[in-house]
Amino acid sequence: MPFIPHTAEDVREMLAVIGAPSIEALFDEIPANLRVSSLAEVPTGLNELEVMQLMQSRARQDGRPLCFIGAGAYEHHIPAAVWSTVTRGEFYSAYTPYQAEASQGTLQSIYEYQSMLASLTGMEVCNASMYDGATALAEAVLMAVRANRRSRSARILMPRSLHPHYRAVAVATAGNQGVHFEELPYQPALGHTTIESLAPFAGQDITALVIAQPNFFGVFEEVDALTDFAHAQGALVIAVVNPTSLAVLKPPGAWGDKGANIAVGEGQPLGCPLSSGGPYFGFMSTRMEHVRQMPGRLVGRTLDLDGRPGFTLTLQAREQHIRRAKATSNICTNQGLLMLAGTIYLALLGAEGLERVAALSMQRTEQLTRALTAIPGVRRLFGRPGFHEIVLAFDRPVAPVLAALSARGIEAGLDLSEHYPELGYALLACATETKSTEDIETYARHLTEVLCPARAA
Amino acid sequence: MSLPLREKLIFQYSRPGRGARAQWPAATAATAAAAASVPAQLRRTQRPLLPEVSELDVVRHYTRLSQLNFSIDTHFYPLGSCTMKYNPKACNAAALLPEFAGRHPLSSVAAGQGFMACMYELQEMLKAVTGMCAVALSPLAGAHGEFAGVAMIRAYHRARGESERNEVIVPQAAHGTNPATASMCGCVAREVAVGPDGDVDLAALRAAVGPRTAGIMLTNPSTLGVFERRIEEVARIVHECGGLLYYDGANLNAILGKVRPGDMAFDAIHMNLHKTFSTPHGGGGPGAGAVGVSARLLPFLPLPIVAREAGLTGGDVGGDACGDASAPASYRWLTERDLPQSIGRLTTFAGNAGVLLRAYVYMRMLGREGMRRVGEYATLNANYLEKRLTQLGFDAAYPQRRASHEFILTLRRQAQENGVTAMDVAKRLLDLGFHAPTTYFPQLVSECLLIEPTETESKETLDAFVAAMAQILREASEEPERLRRAPHTLPVRRLDDVRAARLPDLIFKSDAA
Repeated sequence: MPFIPHTAEDVREMLAVIGAPSIEALFDEIPANLRVSSLAEVPTGLNELEVMQLMQSRARQDGRPLCFIGAGAYEHHIPAAVWSTVTRGEFYSAYTPYQAEASQGTLQSIYEYQSMLASLTGMEVCNASMYDGATALAEAVLMAVRANRRSRSARILMPRSLHPHYRAVAVATAGNQGVHFEELPYQPALGHTTIESLAPFAGQDITALVIAQPNFFGVFEEVDALTDFAHAQGALVIAVVNPTSLAVLKPPGAWGDKGANIAVGEGQPLGCPLSSGGPYFGFMSTRMEHVRQMPGRLVGRTLDLDGRPGFTLTLQAREQHIRRAKATSNICTNQGLLMLAGTIYLALLGAEGLERVAALSMQRTEQLTRALTAIPGVRRLFGRPGFHEIVLAFDRPVAPVLAALSARGIEAGLDLSEHYPELGYALLACATETKSTEDIETYARHLTEVLCPARAA
Repeated sequence: MSLPLREKLIFQYSRPGRGARAQWPAATAATAAAAASVPAQLRRTQRPLLPEVSELDVVRHYTRLSQLNFSIDTHFYPLGSCTMKYNPKACNAAALLPEFAGRHPLSSVAAGQGFMACMYELQEMLKAVTGMCAVALSPLAGAHGEFAGVAMIRAYHRARGESERNEVIVPQAAHGTNPATASMCGCVAREVAVGPDGDVDLAALRAAVGPRTAGIMLTNPSTLGVFERRIEEVARIVHECGGLLYYDGANLNAILGKVRPGDMAFDAIHMNLHKTFSTPHGGGGPGAGAVGVSARLLPFLPLPIVAREAGLTGGDVGGDACGDASAPASYRWLTERDLPQSIGRLTTFAGNAGVLLRAYVYMRMLGREGMRRVGEYATLNANYLEKRLTQLGFDAAYPQRRASHEFILTLRRQAQENGVTAMDVAKRLLDLGFHAPTTYFPQLVSECLLIEPTETESKETLDAFVAAMAQILREASEEPERLRRAPHTLPVRRLDDVRAARLPDLIFKSDAA
């Protein structure tokens, strides 16, 4: 029997001990009319060879296109040591470290993770991770509502230049608790959120301002001015940041005069495969003054009975298994394996390696921008500096162009017409350090062929 | 097994100028120029505190850390309510195939038909084993699935003009996530009592329901390790007052292939794929908390969902219209245009796809016969272990009831007679090479151990656990101090949790080495 070790002899002996005539008899407390008669819709079992053949054929069907999509998930080189370590059974098949003495490996790796991410974001404390970037933002919004005791409005300002999925998740999650979201427009020619767009809110009760750096368009925001404006109104600042970019960008803890209050983001770029959207990990860091309003697990270093250092889950009075209905969140999990992948990735890269990843990704995106905007009918949309993504305007609808390139094995970027119809025929594209000069030339050549066949010929 | 005693922090291996340089991309004049394009006022001026270490330092350090853990691959892990069963290696291998691991979540549907076929079939299999009408895979964990479920129940009442229904009933013994989820959805949790036999007190339930009832959240078998026998009566009481039923799938392993939540009249359920469908727990995650619904909640499902289209039959979310099986199918993502009443998007992308692939592979390997055996052998193991332990002299919390896939021992007597607590027993088990059962949950039973062996453990393993428990029982009366000071053989002794909370040391600081 797959994954069940019992022999017929075992079953006989066990039933004899129990004093039951059959396994079926063990279900005698379940009303007979509720019992399942058949599971006909479930196929019969496959052995490992058969299932791997099936999965390999499904995988081949999808292929390995040359991918220039970013939009919140980024293809970076993942060192071989990351996943060979993460998938060790001792990490892979362990549970949440409630029994601290039997979980020091997991606990210490979380402590190291907390230390690395707190430093990367310039904050004082970081939790053991959230589900993903968007849910981390939703939780940060709820946390800000709890933490900003001077504000009674539960009003959150969210820029339109923030990832549309993040905005959707924040609304779907926090809307149930009476949080109101208001959208800040972006400057149409430059793609960033201006201080002028905030002017109408001056003097009003605002709970928190969300600032994305870089924003969804890859454009840099004026984080210092935005942060100072929010603080002047008594609002907290929630930073949404790309962790790779923090190798070169000012960390949220240093924004403006006082720094952001909460920093969140998608941890996927740090050693997690793209994997169709997950599992990833969301990170959340903050200042010590807000720590008791923070959701999620936290690991602390303490002493054992013999006075030697060790690690344990701490400040659990915030959490659902203790506080139940009054907990800061219902979250129980952290994204343990992914957070571990991020920790190992950061240990291997170090500050200098991460700077190199960021710098080369920026260079590749510039190279991509030059190559594509040389094609007639393609121009760059926003004139402000940015990180490793670019918005390009086409002279025709984007969707058919993407479909044509997809048929040529190139995933050319994200069509922005659904979420930003005001931009016209706009494409969001990204090149990281994984894209070579040759890859970029391939993209440009195929795009030329699709857009202007005469010229290509 | 001898465990390494301790391991210093990765930061303490750091030496200026060292680095895993094979992992770093090239730095050139061009990359330096690119980095210099960051406006001065936006630039980072101080490097983050990351270690400067070699690749070998990293590999050795994290390998040593792994060896400080108990895990299913190394130890019996009978943690009640957590279903720590074996995680087959093929599931991981399949999910990490380069095409799956490398697929961008926003890739074109044309470059995702293989992946989407797996997701669609997973939805269909989960519908079949739960008896629900439709399934959405995106929630990222059990508690996230609970959130989706209660949010759908709220949306359903609102759509009917009954937004005043904001009370969620939870039994006294419910998981902490149930009341916490109710709060997150803007509802009020209302507890109902559980009778001495472990079943919900129906009189208390009748008194609790009313025009403000949004629904009830139930785990069945309950957190007490017994099947809620009057589930049909519970469903009738809640439905008649206009409320809906939410099934917390934490204990689905107990009844897989034997009873289906849909047949018990539940309207919304979440499934912990990391429990019942054997995806890894990963030291705390990732999980996956797919949700299933009855017909009345189908319009409110979270997005995205995979739909299958065959010929001109159109999209297919629920129901059984899979189209012509012989026609080439194509798969697409459903959006707000398909489900305008959806509670919306709860995840950045389409959920923990890699976890979902692992669950898919597991279900395909089990097949319909294997699915039934899960509930059967999980129940056989639990009842056997309960019988053996009570024969030794331990007290079952519900001796008159049949155990489900788990059962509760209460150490009330040992605590009174020997001053030995459930925590002491748990810690001593660690010394003897077994992960501890769940302790002090459910809070309803004093000094309790919640024990769930799962179906993947052999009789020999269970017998070895019984022998360890026999030794502990002997020690409890003969040398209780040995228990009270356990564990003795692990990398650390019991930790000072009070100190951890009073003097929080949550991050390493370079000057504090």
